[in-house]
Amino acid sequence: MTTVQDPKFTEFHDNDQKPVGFGRMLRKEDPRFVRGRGRYTDDIQLPGMLHLAILRSPFAHARVLSVDTSAAEASPGVRLVVTGAMLAEKGLAWMPTLSNDVQAVLATDKVRFQGQEVAFVVADDRYAARDALELIEVDYDVLEPVIDARRALEPDAPLIRDDLQGKENNHVFDWETGDEAATEAVFASADVVVQEDIVYPRVHPAPMETCGAVADFDAVEGKLRLWSTTQAPHAHRTLYAIVSGIPEHKIQVISPDLGGGFGNKVPIYPGYVCAIVGSILTGKPVKWMEDRSENLISTGFARDYIMRGEIAATRDGRILAIRTNVLADHGAFNGTAAPVKYPAGFFGVFTGSYDLQAAYCKMTAVYTNKAPGGVAYACSFRITEAVYLVERIVDCLAHELDMDPAELRLKNFIQPDQFPYETKTGWVYDSGNYEPTMRLAMDMAGYADLRKEQEEKRARGELMGIGISFFTEAVGAGPRKNMDILGLGMADGCELRVHPTGKAVVRLSVQTQGQGHETTFAQIVAEEIGIPPADIEVVHGDTDQTPFGLGTYGSRSTPVSGAAAALVARKVRDKAQIIASGMLEVSVADLEWVKGSFQVKGDPGKSVTIQDIAFRAHGAGDLPEGVEGGLEAQICYNPSNLTYPHGAYICVVDIDPGTAQVKVRRFVAVDDCGTRINPMIIEGQIHGGLTDGVGMALMEMIAFDEDGNCLGASLMDYLIPTSLEVPDWETGYTVTPSPHHPIGAKGVGESATVGSPPAIVNAVVDALKPFGVRHADMPLTPSRVWDAMRGRATPPI
Amino acid sequence: MQVPAPFEYERATSVDQAIGLLERLGSSARLVAGGHSLLPMMKLRLANFEYLIDINPLHDQLGYIRVGSDSVRIGALTRHRELLESDELASAFPIFRDAERVIADPVVRNRGTLGGSLCQADPSEDLSAVCTTLDASCVIRGPRGERVVTMEQFHVGPYETAVGDDEILIEIRIPRRDNSGNAYEKVERRAGDWAVVSAGAAMWLAADGTIADARVGLAAVGPNTTGIPEISATLRGQVPSEQAYEQAGVIAARSCDPVTDQRGSEDYKRHLADELTRRTLRKAVERARS
Ligand SMILES: Cc1cc2nc3c(=O)[nH]c(=O)nc-3n(C[C@H](O)[C@H](O)[C@H](O)COP(=O)(O)OP(=O)(O)OC[C@H]3O[C@@H](n4cnc5c(N)ncnc54)[C@H](O)[C@@H]3O)c2cc1C
Repeated sequence: MTTVQDPKFTEFHDNDQKPVGFGRMLRKEDPRFVRGRGRYTDDIQLPGMLHLAILRSPFAHARVLSVDTSAAEASPGVRLVVTGAMLAEKGLAWMPTLSNDVQAVLATDKVRFQGQEVAFVVADDRYAARDALELIEVDYDVLEPVIDARRALEPDAPLIRDDLQGKENNHVFDWETGDEAATEAVFASADVVVQEDIVYPRVHPAPMETCGAVADFDAVEGKLRLWSTTQAPHAHRTLYAIVSGIPEHKIQVISPDLGGGFGNKVPIYPGYVCAIVGSILTGKPVKWMEDRSENLISTGFARDYIMRGEIAATRDGRILAIRTNVLADHGAFNGTAAPVKYPAGFFGVFTGSYDLQAAYCKMTAVYTNKAPGGVAYACSFRITEAVYLVERIVDCLAHELDMDPAELRLKNFIQPDQFPYETKTGWVYDSGNYEPTMRLAMDMAGYADLRKEQEEKRARGELMGIGISFFTEAVGAGPRKNMDILGLGMADGCELRVHPTGKAVVRLSVQTQGQGHETTFAQIVAEEIGIPPADIEVVHGDTDQTPFGLGTYGSRSTPVSGAAAALVARKVRDKAQIIASGMLEVSVADLEWVKGSFQVKGDPGKSVTIQDIAFRAHGAGDLPEGVEGGLEAQICYNPSNLTYPHGAYICVVDIDPGTAQVKVRRFVAVDDCGTRINPMIIEGQIHGGLTDGVGMALMEMIAFDEDGNCLGASLMDYLIPTSLEVPDWETGYTVTPSPHHPIGAKGVGESATVGSPPAIVNAVVDALKPFGVRHADMPLTPSRVWDAMRGRATPPI
Repeated sequence: MQVPAPFEYERATSVDQAIGLLERLGSSARLVAGGHSLLPMMKLRLANFEYLIDINPLHDQLGYIRVGSDSVRIGALTRHRELLESDELASAFPIFRDAERVIADPVVRNRGTLGGSLCQADPSEDLSAVCTTLDASCVIRGPRGERVVTMEQFHVGPYETAVGDDEILIEIRIPRRDNSGNAYEKVERRAGDWAVVSAGAAMWLAADGTIADARVGLAAVGPNTTGIPEISATLRGQVPSEQAYEQAGVIAARSCDPVTDQRGSEDYKRHLADELTRRTLRKAVERARS
């Protein structure tokens, strides 16, 4: 028998190559995942542990008249039943959200979305807990819901947040950026103005692992241990301390292995709080794991922006200005996770990769009777929406000018010598070199040939489309002078300790949800101090074990904690150099660092390895004057700016003219995330993000009926893509290092999720050009594509 | 984890024993075959039964594909995967393999059964459309013995069949005729999703090349899997042609009864009924001729 191996597969291995620093290597964490030895929250079993289940509202908007728990309390195995009224007595019925709003832990007065938490049961096992939910009787007075964000501000719209003092409407905030008057002036005199209404529908991160927690409150120690599915263990600990009154040093939050996060696990959910309350009241450990439907209907959604985009240009295709008006649906509670001063996240980068004369955005956010959340899902704080808007509207302009969309983009890019470039909405792009990235993508795709093929196919009545998107992201939040979440600055700590035998442990404040931190961070440290990654243990996710920091989301781990890891390693190296100078009896200045050892300049025979130095640091004998023993350091890194990765994506689709089914035939993704630490991990992030993009572009949407019933409450109803919907990804890269990041790296975790939806939609719209289509909204299901072909493209909501 | 309400569970030891249990327990009991329709409903607590009688131990008796010269008989417990992989079945009725390739995913196909699919009687279910297309009949056994019903009689309404509370579907019988061809097409939003619309077509050609008989079965376009007699009547005697398929497509679009939902608009579904009817008829004729 012969085995045939896809030659490309070998590229994913380092085989016997083991980089001491950057390069391809297999992920250190994978053996435990592929062998079923990962340890997730639901794997936590504690002696005497009880189980918690949550009763949720079947209605989108209703007054809670009464809750009768007597039958449930009498049900076998039930230890505790808690209602909103009971929590209210303890002052715990409401909790702050990440956006300085409040959210009900358990409903007291009203339910405000379908799936809202109403009561919980703690029982001996999860079956008894779930069965007892059926026995809780809730009397509801059903109210008219607000489902369409466009209805929210109508004068006769029902008031959702009557819990807020003096609130008379469903308005959350208004926000604007850019210069309205300057933009108006440019629009008024422009040759060409194009306007399009563009909807980014509500979608859900749908991580494979749902949310959950195990709370264990020890009344004697006064200590709370909480294992929970959190992307931000330290931030959560601080918030629990503030809300519950348990002192922060008596709270340990542990985020064990996470089965995906995508932003879904940034907020604090009522379920976590219920588990804590359950443990305090019963004196036992309490586990809560939500089921798939609960995850889909009640936890952090994403997007839900209704955007009007306008673009002004000269007749020959010079883009002058972009203007947009956005209606943002924030659901029943404003739970957006974003730096406080950025209520619309980083949507301000809607100016894209283009050198504009003016830009302006006005946004209004409203409450609706839908699940709260708002900024989850690999979106880099709303950059997904911003990139979609600009890349769609640029294509609309190309359509209007009858100009090739690649050419139009090439003509308007910010030029390399303009960096650092301040956009018209005040963002300072640290670096970029766009044209080579675009050209590489076009070469890889064979762009000119594709256009020729398309022309021939069109002549035969076949529908083929080529879509381009070019994005610039702003990731790595962020400088603490203007970025914080609920007052917590977005800087990250990191600690590195080298053991006597030259092995090391690095403790991170960020937490992996699958991104491969245990490998990437070991490589970053290895690159700096020359200890092989295999010898570096990466500890993360446990607040008692790691320094403070704000967690993993918004592609911030490498830009912020990655910088911290590099700098802490340099600190250790500096100390190692002093110790080495003592060992070699030369001055520090006479030593040079050759990865892994210090050598006497001009005398390569005289050197000590980092391992020798580590032993000396802990060993017998004197150290140089003023040097303490040990070889360790710690740091808190405050980034001076965000990093701005970019990329060029080209998608080719074929559409069956009879059934309107879209097939993504090819997808070329060229990413520039600066310095590449582990290219295999980067490719993994890109592959996952592109797949996400196919999902959003073609099938995903959390829809509601007019009564506010969520129509996406299971994975049979809420579709996520499979391997059969995606092509063989063609990835490439360019490298434009970040000038301010210690190793020049930029975040890449969300690039593909951000950049791919517009490429796919642009391709579909391009395929439909013979039908005169200039825009069609996601999700481009066959039915919606067919509507577009018949000139009846409608928004999905 | 989604948790169903409590229920009792018993494994069947024989068909008659299972019938005896059903007789005794009445409508509070359900058979479980592959469990891929029943268990999701129970986990979502959309359906609660006090007793489940597991007929999987009867796979040896009820899981078979017997291809005879004038008919094919398939046991009710035959799994999707077995239907997909049987070369004999594919050569007698290629429509089965067409359909099975696009039903659910490998995990579901490993367990889900022909009998369960038909008895679930979901309007979007594919094998009912296949069986309707092929003019199959269903063998039902109960305390009073066996009876055989046509697919039209079998389907009483959405999620409702002629199988009584104390009966078991045992077998599907499909007549074989010469010079025939058949095919299946499905439009789905994503692999593994239920049909937006699917269509099956079967063609039987006469010696002179005209259409001796034709049948079309549609799924997901009405309360029940729809066989359309008017199409058969219109096509019989015609020479196969694009024009004939077009006529059939128009009838299909007109006679079905789809509703707008997340999978698509009513208009689009009617359009697909038309389009897929034409496509499958075309392919069925190609196969009949080859
Ligand atoms: C994710 C997913 C996707 C799917 N996609 C598709 C699809 O695209 N197309 C499609 O057609 N189907 C699809 N299905 C359904 C799948 O084919 C099921 O297997 C099938 O519908 C039911 O078969 P089962 O053997 O699992 O039946 P079960 O779930 O065990 O039973 C279903 C019902 O039939 C009754 N029953 C079962 N066997 C008998 C019998 N011999 N006599 C009397 N009553 C009986 C049961 O009591 C029950 O009421 C999908 C299912 C899932 C979970």
